Amino acid sequence: MPHNTVAVVGAAETTKLGVIPDVSQIQLHADAALNAMADCGLKPKDIDGVATAGETPVQIAHYLGITPTWVDGTSVGGCSFMIHVRHAAAAIEAGLAKTILVTHGESGRSGIGRIPRPVPASSLNGQFEQPFGPMGPPSLFPIPVLRYMKTYGVTHEQIAMVSVVQREWAAKNPRATFRDPITVEDVLGSRMIAYPFRLLQCCLVTDGGGALILTSADRAKDFPTKPVYILGTGESVETPMVSQMESFTSSRAFSVAGPTAFREAGIAHKDVDHLMIYDAFAHLPLFGLEDLGFVPRGEAGRFIAERNTAPGGTLPLNTNGGGLSYMHSGMYGMYALQESVRQMRGVAPAQIPGAKISVCHGVGGMFAASGTIIFSNQAP
Amino acid sequence: MPEPGRALPQPTPETQHFWAGTQAGELRLQRCDACGKVYFPPRPFCPACASRNVSVFKASGKAILDSYVIHHRRVPGFEPPYAIAVVKLAEGPRMMTNIVECPQTPEALVLDMKLDVVFEKQNDTITLPFFRPAKG
Repeated sequence: MPHNTVAVVGAAETTKLGVIPDVSQIQLHADAALNAMADCGLKPKDIDGVATAGETPVQIAHYLGITPTWVDGTSVGGCSFMIHVRHAAAAIEAGLAKTILVTHGESGRSGIGRIPRPVPASSLNGQFEQPFGPMGPPSLFPIPVLRYMKTYGVTHEQIAMVSVVQREWAAKNPRATFRDPITVEDVLGSRMIAYPFRLLQCCLVTDGGGALILTSADRAKDFPTKPVYILGTGESVETPMVSQMESFTSSRAFSVAGPTAFREAGIAHKDVDHLMIYDAFAHLPLFGLEDLGFVPRGEAGRFIAERNTAPGGTLPLNTNGGGLSYMHSGMYGMYALQESVRQMRGVAPAQIPGAKISVCHGVGGMFAASGTIIFSNQAP
Repeated sequence: MPEPGRALPQPTPETQHFWAGTQAGELRLQRCDACGKVYFPPRPFCPACASRNVSVFKASGKAILDSYVIHHRRVPGFEPPYAIAVVKLAEGPRMMTNIVECPQTPEALVLDMKLDVVFEKQNDTITLPFFRPAKG
């Protein structure tokens, strides 16, 4: 796909984030979508493409009064929105739609109008994982961690620094749920959830939403907002069962999506000014840094512990505070994308001065899926 | 009312041989007759080469502890803390399971420790494969 021909022109989160018991899930989608349309001066009649996950594009198009010529209901977990952006860019280039809305909304905390996601007992997960006692992502996502730690000699203290550093970023963000500083001792003294991970190494559970509007780079010039160009994109999936990953020290989906996006963008790692790696749990930035090639295998723990990704470091990572401190509705990828767009627009609460390229990397399921978007604020 | 027990599998036509195996005290895997790949979970074709010429065989039941978490939250049928483990079978594939006859602690659950399969009947149709530390 030729890069730089599509741009984000509208971007917004829900008016409120956190605990929102008075708004249902579909209205969280709509609230974010209306905010994104207001951001760039569009109305529903101006939108001809709809992509969403959690809800169907049918629900969203009907609810918002949109008549699309293109829809995408890819729903592979929290990175669905990265994949929507990739598909939307391809659709705009192919002429299937001109102005595409991507929405997310999730009443992850309050559960208002939330669609249940049961694991059928006849599914492969239901037959070969559920009988052994998992209860959702906190019990499954960290399963590779002990193997990763043993393979590379990574310490509990190094992994705890992921949470500490991200809290430092969150402290700069008025919208972040948790902003008070924490120490390695705080992390390693917090309540055990699923050894080796404790409460402060697991994401928040909150309510919220976000929406993006994409159009061609040519049209983007006519919008009131600063265009954020799509420089490169990647996607992949591996397995619905964490137990069946090819490796417990690397994600195959990451290793396909990330490098695909870099190749498409035609950039090197040294060109990256800002990085988002979906952090549902504290090991994900480690896997992301290594699988995307920012650091050699086994070096990510040391890299983070030595403050390279912290405020003032060479590679600012998860500058909104991440899923660990900012917010996490369940499918967090949209909020990572929003932070990349803010950084490229130059309006982030913890703005990286002069940032020109942002890499936004998402995960879906328990390493089941991945999507990577590389943004730039430089006109083609 | 009795406490609800653990979630139990509902076999499908493609997995029936596996669950019939655990009932018979056998850990059954599949091997591709075309390329030799041993694979899990069950399906009637080879995920490596797509051949439909595959055979079911009785695995050794030997494994090593590959990775795990020790879960501290309440789940029906479990007394926390308990380990949710993934073992690497001697034949190659990985499998999620529980480790029995072993303290559920980081000190006792040592990565790469040798394990043997054991079978625990849940009801008249379902027997689950667990693993215990190898003896000797």
